[in-house]
Amino acid sequence: MGSPRWYYQISGQWLPWIAIVTVSLLVVGSIWGLAIAPMDFRQGNSYRIIYIHVPSVFVAMSGYMVMAIAAAITLIWKMKLAEVVMKCCAPIGAGMTFIALLSGSLWGKPTWGTYWVWDARLTSVLILFFLYLGVIALYEAFEDNISASKACAILSLVGSVNIPIIHWSVEWWNSLHQPATLKLTEESTMHPDMLYPLLIMIAGLYCLFALLLLLHTRSEILVRERGTKWVKELIAAK
Amino acid sequence: MAAYQPVGIGFVATLRRDLLLAFRRRSDFFNPLAFFLIVCSLFPMGVGPDPKQLAILAPGIMWVVALLACLLSSDTLFRSDFDDGSLELMLLSPSSLYLQVLAKTLAHWLLTGFPLTILSPLLALLLQLPASGTVAMMLAMAVGTASLSFIGAIGAGLTVGLRKGGLLLSLIILPLYVPVLIFGVGTVQAAVDGFNYLGPLAVLGALLALAATLAPLAIAASVRISVDN
Repeated sequence: MGSPRWYYQISGQWLPWIAIVTVSLLVVGSIWGLAIAPMDFRQGNSYRIIYIHVPSVFVAMSGYMVMAIAAAITLIWKMKLAEVVMKCCAPIGAGMTFIALLSGSLWGKPTWGTYWVWDARLTSVLILFFLYLGVIALYEAFEDNISASKACAILSLVGSVNIPIIHWSVEWWNSLHQPATLKLTEESTMHPDMLYPLLIMIAGLYCLFALLLLLHTRSEILVRERGTKWVKELIAAK
Repeated sequence: MAAYQPVGIGFVATLRRDLLLAFRRRSDFFNPLAFFLIVCSLFPMGVGPDPKQLAILAPGIMWVVALLACLLSSDTLFRSDFDDGSLELMLLSPSSLYLQVLAKTLAHWLLTGFPLTILSPLLALLLQLPASGTVAMMLAMAVGTASLSFIGAIGAGLTVGLRKGGLLLSLIILPLYVPVLIFGVGTVQAAVDGFNYLGPLAVLGALLALAATLAPLAIAASVRISVDN
């Protein structure tokens, strides 16, 4: 268990199911959220961006956590699979962070009247994006996979210690500079008609993350294990 | 059987050696200071000489430039040791790598952060920082740049084995500098506005306590990886 070959076989069995669940959640969630859910009485239709924005922020942050946990496993147990997961988390997480930033600024234009404000949460997410970019860049700089994985593992662990500090200091800085910041409606006060599609979209984006991670790790494993017998047999069988 | 060695011997020896090396090759010592001076004096030419505007911008400018000076100088922290093989000897030596990298980082701070602190009143004068902020700026610089040295050393350890380390170092380290920047500027701003600045200064101290205890672990691990690579 835990060997790349075992993972490749078992994930191949999961793949179609996860794909079906992901697509159905995303289709149901976006149709419900974008077309059926009632309009917000203050923000009009523009509030519907939260059906993309909020889930992508959730996934972007959890993605870093997955990466940091995989990094710890890489350093402690030197598990090959964890190395691959850690490496593959970074681009997906960076993509999600980018979607979160993009959708956030698109939502900011009609709501706040500007594409970008140095709001505490926006700034934190921007720095999260930079942290992801750092991990990707560091991995690419090494020629050897093992050293690259170890170096990135240290960097992501250092980053995960820093994320709460960064988040908290940005909050502090923000309250110092702009006391009145517009806040998103709290989730608990949302009407169920708006809340349910949001929950479905959050679940859908988490599944999408899992799906992308599976696909990416599977191809990465094939590349890394291309010299082994089972991969050669697999290619010959196709 | 190896003879008994006091725990701190590697620490003292490394610290002494690094300071001596810097003393013999003084350009490494002066370059960050010159950088700090030159870049800070570029700002008035960029944003205009209006003293009121400069006074508002001064804490931010000085901190950002100090950040960059620390960043650029931390690239050389392990470089020459890596090139001539003394880093491998450090790994092989019986004294703890934790203490040795702690000593190297301390030496780095004594050679960059500390001189920047000494130089900062002059820059404060040039950038029209209100006089009430000068002491706070020096205290914040002294504490904050030490954290910067520790964080920078992690990045330096990770990138020392790579040919193009410089730009990569800034990419991975600058986001981690954010808390120090925020509380460094916060300390000075509080002093300029006439508030008690001990709060943000204490946070800088807390960040340093965290960095000084945890960062050497990460630095030691990253140096090991770079030497093994």
